[in-house]
Amino acid sequence: MSWIDIGPVSDIPLRGARKIKTAQGCVAVFRTGPDEVFAATDSCPHKGGPLSEGIVHGQSVTCPLHNWVFDLNTGQAWGEDASITIFPVQVREGRVWIDGASLAARSAA
Amino acid sequence: MTQKLVIIGAGMASGRVIETLVETDPDAFEITLFNAEPRGNYNRIMLSPVLSGEKAYEDIITHGDDWYAQHRVTCRFGEHVVRIDPERKVVEGQNGPVSYDKLVIATGSAPFIIPVPGKDLPGVITYRDLDDTNAMIEAATQGGTAVVIGGGLLGLEAAAGLAERGMAVTVVHLMGHLMERQLDEAAGYLLRKDLEKRGITIRTQGSTKAIIGKDRAEAVVLESGETLSADLVVMAVGIRPETRLATDAGLDVARGIEVSAQMQTSDPDIFAVGECVEFDGTLFGLVAPLYDQARVLARTLLNEPDAFVVKDTATKLKVTGCDLFSAGDFAEAEGREDIVLRDPGRGIYKRLVIEDDRLIGAVMYGDTADGNWFFGLIKDETDISEMRETLIFGPAYQGGASADPLSAVAALPRDAEICGCNGICKGTIVDAIEGGAADLGAVRATTKASASCGTCTGLVEQLLQVTLGDDFQMPAAQPICGCCDLTHEDLRRLIKSKPLKSQDAVWQELGWTTRNGCHVCRPAVNFYLLADWPLEYRDDPQSRFVNERKHANIQKDGTFSVVPRMWGGITNPRELRAIADAADKYNVPTVKVTGGQRIDLLGVKGEDLPHIWADLNKAGMVSGHAYSKGLRTVKTCVGTDHCRFGTQDSTGLGIKLEQMLWGSWTPHKVKLAVSGCPRNCAEATCKDVGIICVDSGYQVGVAGAAGMDLKETERLCDVPTEAEAIAVTVAFIQLYRETAKYLDRPYKWVAKVGLDWVKGRVVDNLDERARLIAAFELSQSIYRKDPWADHAKRAEAYQPLADLTLEAAE
Repeated sequence: MSWIDIGPVSDIPLRGARKIKTAQGCVAVFRTGPDEVFAATDSCPHKGGPLSEGIVHGQSVTCPLHNWVFDLNTGQAWGEDASITIFPVQVREGRVWIDGASLAARSAA
Repeated sequence: MTQKLVIIGAGMASGRVIETLVETDPDAFEITLFNAEPRGNYNRIMLSPVLSGEKAYEDIITHGDDWYAQHRVTCRFGEHVVRIDPERKVVEGQNGPVSYDKLVIATGSAPFIIPVPGKDLPGVITYRDLDDTNAMIEAATQGGTAVVIGGGLLGLEAAAGLAERGMAVTVVHLMGHLMERQLDEAAGYLLRKDLEKRGITIRTQGSTKAIIGKDRAEAVVLESGETLSADLVVMAVGIRPETRLATDAGLDVARGIEVSAQMQTSDPDIFAVGECVEFDGTLFGLVAPLYDQARVLARTLLNEPDAFVVKDTATKLKVTGCDLFSAGDFAEAEGREDIVLRDPGRGIYKRLVIEDDRLIGAVMYGDTADGNWFFGLIKDETDISEMRETLIFGPAYQGGASADPLSAVAALPRDAEICGCNGICKGTIVDAIEGGAADLGAVRATTKASASCGTCTGLVEQLLQVTLGDDFQMPAAQPICGCCDLTHEDLRRLIKSKPLKSQDAVWQELGWTTRNGCHVCRPAVNFYLLADWPLEYRDDPQSRFVNERKHANIQKDGTFSVVPRMWGGITNPRELRAIADAADKYNVPTVKVTGGQRIDLLGVKGEDLPHIWADLNKAGMVSGHAYSKGLRTVKTCVGTDHCRFGTQDSTGLGIKLEQMLWGSWTPHKVKLAVSGCPRNCAEATCKDVGIICVDSGYQVGVAGAAGMDLKETERLCDVPTEAEAIAVTVAFIQLYRETAKYLDRPYKWVAKVGLDWVKGRVVDNLDERARLIAAFELSQSIYRKDPWADHAKRAEAYQPLADLTLEAAE
């Protein structure tokens, strides 16, 4: 694990998301509760919709293009044989940290 | 040969007698119908919805003048019968006598007036007929306080209706709990709590001593000495059969007119039916046995054998949001046992009373879905020992079936009663459906099931679904989504009535199964809250689809389109230059003229949105809301400005409408058009609101469509002035905002509520129109502003939170 500080949690709207740019493409960071965050690839496996623009509900997000719903714990799509990659992310003292090693591992995979 | 039949009283029972007679043998009788009320038969059970404003009198007429004319019934409405002469077989009306071969007395009942001082003061009324209802509606327009004496079915419906109309209502009830004849104490308590939540004050064990006042009722004094101020006093303590004519004619009368099982009185040519009769020591007040009597009487008159028997009846209260059911006998007694389910948090109470392994009584509050199933067990005296353990959970839990609401209906036996008012059982309905009645209207027309009070509508729809399977599209009863059991209609009603003013209140109070809804229900909840509580609740961007959150339309490649507003489709060189400059500056790949008379810049990157908006703002342009469920465009033609055919300033009216309506959120998008003459160059006849100018003024059409469906507008009204055209348009849109289901375009909504209903509020009722316009203005005081200007200031929110491209490369 190599934690990278990506900014204050308050910059992500509650029940919303922001995206971060990485060398391997955009990653969406979701804020499902005051200090509850998730991170996943910002691209729906269906037609590439930007998940960071979707409606965030419970611990899930709905893709804005065609309403595929993903569980942010597992990355699994509801009722579809598809998933998104989930990255470890945490909130410490009001700031959001993402695991750089996992981000890098994706490009290696 | 045709006989002369005279009927005294045009109520629900005699209405059903006439219906059956003319359907079975239209030539058997020449019918004369007397009614003291100056009107024909209407659905008296539905007076409560009329009082509360949910229905109008026109909605509850069962037999109009046309119907009587068509079936050659001679109507003598508004005429009292003076006396009956059984010797000469003549009925003497105020306007002259009429002779009969057979006579039916259907005089119904009169309200019981408690003999206290002041009972005759103006302002003291009863609750029996339309005139009483109108008197209450009239009184309620003044506001003030009302005291309802009597906490039974009728009294509580009156109280709820008056409270709904804005009066401060107190119910005085003699007994220890409300509706003691139908409810036990626990259910009475829950009912009381629900009514108190609506602001109704309840005084149980309250005995009225006097009504005081100088020229009219001012207060009610209780035996306890307490004085309750009252601008209106409603007496609803009970009814007694109206038997005067029968007594005077020398017929046998006990408490009611005594009849045989064939509804025959002591005079073989005189019959009686309805609330005025007494059979076997029993009086009747609910509609189901009256319809049974009517059927028996009609068959007797046609010389067919039939006999009336007294059956158990079940009761439901018609107060929106108070769900109660009671049937059978639930008094405590030796040898009786109870099964009770209580869930105070959800306001649910169910009690079953069992004697000798038979269910003999059921009281339910809060969740009455299984009421008819229990009622069936009571009537059939089913042995319940086998299912006793799970009995209280209802039919869905018998035989291991799942909790699917449809399985409960599927499990009902053929003779289970579905429609209590009309005594229609499941078998009759299923036969009708299999015989071709494929929707609710057809089932109502062929069987009368759910055609009276309507509380069994859901069950009838479920039967349609069980019987027809996928061929039947369940109309309104579908829950919004998997997060809750409520329909959109229920949710809207509860948000208003409870009242609920935040998303959290909705999730908690209405039993959402998810933390904060989903992409289906949350946008709907967000809209309903902001539409109903413009000051208390603010639009939540996180509950909006991306287009409305970002104020731009997302395209398939994740870029956005930007459409500045062009009021009424009018622009100028300065605006066009600014648009061209922006298109250059942000490398906009496509510039398109839209069908709504403006310009679309397609392919703008998300990060650039705040900057392009700031540039367009500088040139005086604002968001065109081309992305919102709100006002989109008002399309116009050039009208009298340039066109040689134009009759009015259509462009000017279009601009005024757009400036009035822009920024408002609506259940779905709203598009308008104004054409300057009937040549209709602005294509106004397929819009949500389309106005056509003519020499004499403005023709306002609504509910058109030219998308998934194609539909011409329907004429809402013709108005002489531009101001009125704007007023009815704003009122129409506000009514749509207040009552439509989220994502129903106006044409779908109007198809559900009916154009007449809309006209009644927007066109005919000027007070309601003024209220709607004021409510719209209140909401617009918050939402009539440019979201682009607001968002351009927060450009950083449109940028990535962090850029790790360098980090990851290391």
